[in-house]
Formats: sequence, structure tokens, C-alpha cells
Amino acid sequence: MSLLSTYSGLFLSAFATTLKLFAFSAVGSLLLGTILAMMRVSPVPVFRAAGATYVTLVRNTPLTLVFFFFTFAYPLLKILKLDYEQGAIVALTLYTSAFICEVVRSGINTVPVGQAEASRALGLTFTQMLGSVVLPQAMRSVVPPLVSTLIALLKNTTVSAGFSVGDAGAIQSTLSEEGANMLVGLSWVAFFFVVLVLPLTFLQRSLEKRWSVAR
Amino acid sequence: MTAPTTAPPMIKMAGVDKFFGPLHVLKNVNLEVPKGQVVVVLGPSGSGKSTLCRTINRLEPIDSGTIEVDGQPLPAEGKELARLRADVGMVFQSFNLFAHKSIVDNVLLAPVKVRKVPQNEALEHATELLERVGIANQAGKYPAQLSGGQQQRAAIARALAMRPKVMLFDEPTSALDPEMVQEVLDVMTTLAKEGMTMLVVTHEMGFARKAADRVIFMADGEIVEDSTPKEFFSAPKSNRAKDFLGKILTH
Repeated sequence: MSLLSTYSGLFLSAFATTLKLFAFSAVGSLLLGTILAMMRVSPVPVFRAAGATYVTLVRNTPLTLVFFFFTFAYPLLKILKLDYEQGAIVALTLYTSAFICEVVRSGINTVPVGQAEASRALGLTFTQMLGSVVLPQAMRSVVPPLVSTLIALLKNTTVSAGFSVGDAGAIQSTLSEEGANMLVGLSWVAFFFVVLVLPLTFLQRSLEKRWSVAR
Repeated sequence: MTAPTTAPPMIKMAGVDKFFGPLHVLKNVNLEVPKGQVVVVLGPSGSGKSTLCRTINRLEPIDSGTIEVDGQPLPAEGKELARLRADVGMVFQSFNLFAHKSIVDNVLLAPVKVRKVPQNEALEHATELLERVGIANQAGKYPAQLSGGQQQRAAIARALAMRPKVMLFDEPTSALDPEMVQEVLDVMTTLAKEGMTMLVVTHEMGFARKAADRVIFMADGEIVEDSTPKEFFSAPKSNRAKDFLGKILTH
């Protein structure tokens, strides 16, 4: 406990940064991942190819490499200046959206083809069909893997610590510099991660429960 | 161009061919369905009758020939086609109600999204339609909570909500338990009497006799006979039709 009270400021600001990284990249990757999944099932070949290429490229790249890219390579492109934290959010979003895309796409594949046919027969456009009929049902069937991907994202935020972001992954460097007890310090970091992940697990359970009744 | 003196047929198929790989499922199909006519399509399984039905709103694209609905050629995939499909109601063998939406929301969805009908107006129409098919008391339930017959009636209401010019029925009673067939056929019979243009693929001979103006008999992808129900059932001309009727009418 004494370690925690000594370093309460550090823990608070670090986990606040972790939460911020997570919140922004979770929303970003859910949006981008869903758009990518829509592209991958689109009737337009160019969209399908672009979606598939993105997933192949990004999913097969180590996360650290994506971070290296946004720290050292991206600034050379001189497009839009990103600070370390923004760079981390972009890297996490681009990386995670490839996984979200595949989860959502597998959900789309579970929706019976008759649902799409009925939508088309009623005059819905492709986007209306996906938005009103197919995606809502697809999302219901992929809640567990979707939440798993988000949990992985939450833990992946710690990679940012290696790229000058003061998130929870960076707590250990301060502790070790100041000669604090690492066993106690790191156990606290682990504990708080469990605390952060638990709400996601509860969210998963309640969504599954709600949607299992409603159909 | 001068205006045509007579209205164009509601459905016009000319020289339609369709292949599934090497399989020739529709062979040079020519068919005209005038407005208000109820056509029943009969034939053994694999004769291409379902495919014929599905080509009319382009759920199955054709390989050659032309299809016109109300004088308008079927457009290629896209917004134009969506607009045309909105005018063509379709009822499927497996109902295909939207599983995540309540019955009334199933009926509301397309008018609101496609036709941009105001919510309250659409709701009024939807309630009226559900009453007409006899399931107004099920409006708040989800499809899985309804019997097959109720689901199919809901599907008919969903199609009618778009105020279609023509209705296509693709074996609407084939997936139903026997005791539920009649309630669906009753709704269809009423619809036929009200003057809706209908093309019905079915195995229900009773419905063909009672409600159809015209019977089309298909075999091996071809229209073999095209006559009135009375003529078809009492004096079929082709051997294939005789054979078919012999198999189904003996018991």
C-alpha cells in the first residue's frame, strides 16, 4: 500500500493515459474495422480488393513495427504532425481495425443469405441492407470475439510506453529508476489492468444476454 | 414516341435464358403477364419455376433475353434496380423475416427507409396490413416467436407495405406445416380477388384451381403449357403435364 500511496500520482496519470489511448482507438477501430468489413463484402471488386489488401498487410505486421512507422517514418511524409500520443492512437487504431474487420466479416457470414435477399427484394440499397439488416445481426453473433479483440487492444496500449507515451506500460521505468520494489509495483499494475478489463467482460455478458432473448 | 394505346404487360419476359454453370435452367422463356392477372406456375422440382420467379426482380440475373416490369426493362445492379424492386413484392419459401426486428418493425422498415414515408403514417399502414393478414395481435413479437403460418402472413404484409404493382410468391407454403397452409392461401386468395397482379410458384393445386386466372406448366426449364386452370387440370395437352398431374392427383 505504501508504494501505491507514494506513486499515486504516477499511477493515476499513467492509467488515465492508458484509458484515453484505449477509448479513442477502440471507437476508431470499431468504425474503421466495420467499414473495412463492409468493403470486403461489397459487390464492387475494387473495394473488396482494397479491404483484403489492408487486412493482409496490417494483420501480418507486428504492432511495434506500426509504432516505429508512426514515430520515425510517418513524420518524413510531412502530412499532418502527430504528437507521440496521437501517433500511438493512430497506430493502435490501424492495427486493431484489421482484426475487428475480420471479426465483423465472420459475423456477416453467419447471417442467412435470405435476410439479404429479402432486403434487396424490398428495394433496400446495399448500404441500407448492411446497416439495417445484416450488420445488426452480424454484431450480435460476434460479441465474444469482438470483446476479446478490444481486451487485446487495451493491453496492446502498453506498447506505447516504448514510444515516449506515459501510459501504464511506462510505470515500471520510473519505479526502477527510483529503486522502488518492482515485485509490488508491477503487481499493482497487473491488478489495475484486471480492474480495467472486468467491465469489458461484464459488457460482453450483458450484451449476450440481451441479444439472446431478442430474436 | 406516341403513347401506347394499351397498357404494357406487368411482366414481360422475352427469349430469357439462364444457366447455372453447365445447367440450362431457363430455356428461351417467353411470358407476358397483364395487369391484374393471377398466374400460377406449376412443375416438377428442378423445372426452373423458382428461378423464373427470381429472375423477375433480378435476384437471379439472366444470361440472355429481356425482362420488363410494367414496361420498364430491368436495370443492372444499383439504385435503379433498387427502385424497381421496391415496386415488386416478393414472398419467399423460408419467410426471411428480419430476425432482429419485431413483426411491426419488419413491415415498417422498407417504407420508412426506401419510400421515406413518415414513421406515423407507415405505422398506420403497417397496423392496417397486419390486421388484414390477421396477426395484428402479434405486432410486437419477434419472428422466431411466431408460427410458420403467422410468419409467412407477416412476410406478405411486409411486401404489401411497399404498395407493390405486382407480387411474386416463391413456393410460399412449401415450408409450412400442413395445418398452416390454408391460412396463408386464404390471404393470397383475398389478394388475388382484390385485383393484385400475382405470379405464384406453388404445389398447391387447390389454390391454382380456385384463385388462378392462368396456369403455366414448366418442365426442364421450358414453359410447356400455358392455359386456364380448368383446361390444364381437365385436359392437359403435353405428356409431361399428364405425367405430372398423374403423380400428384392420384392420392
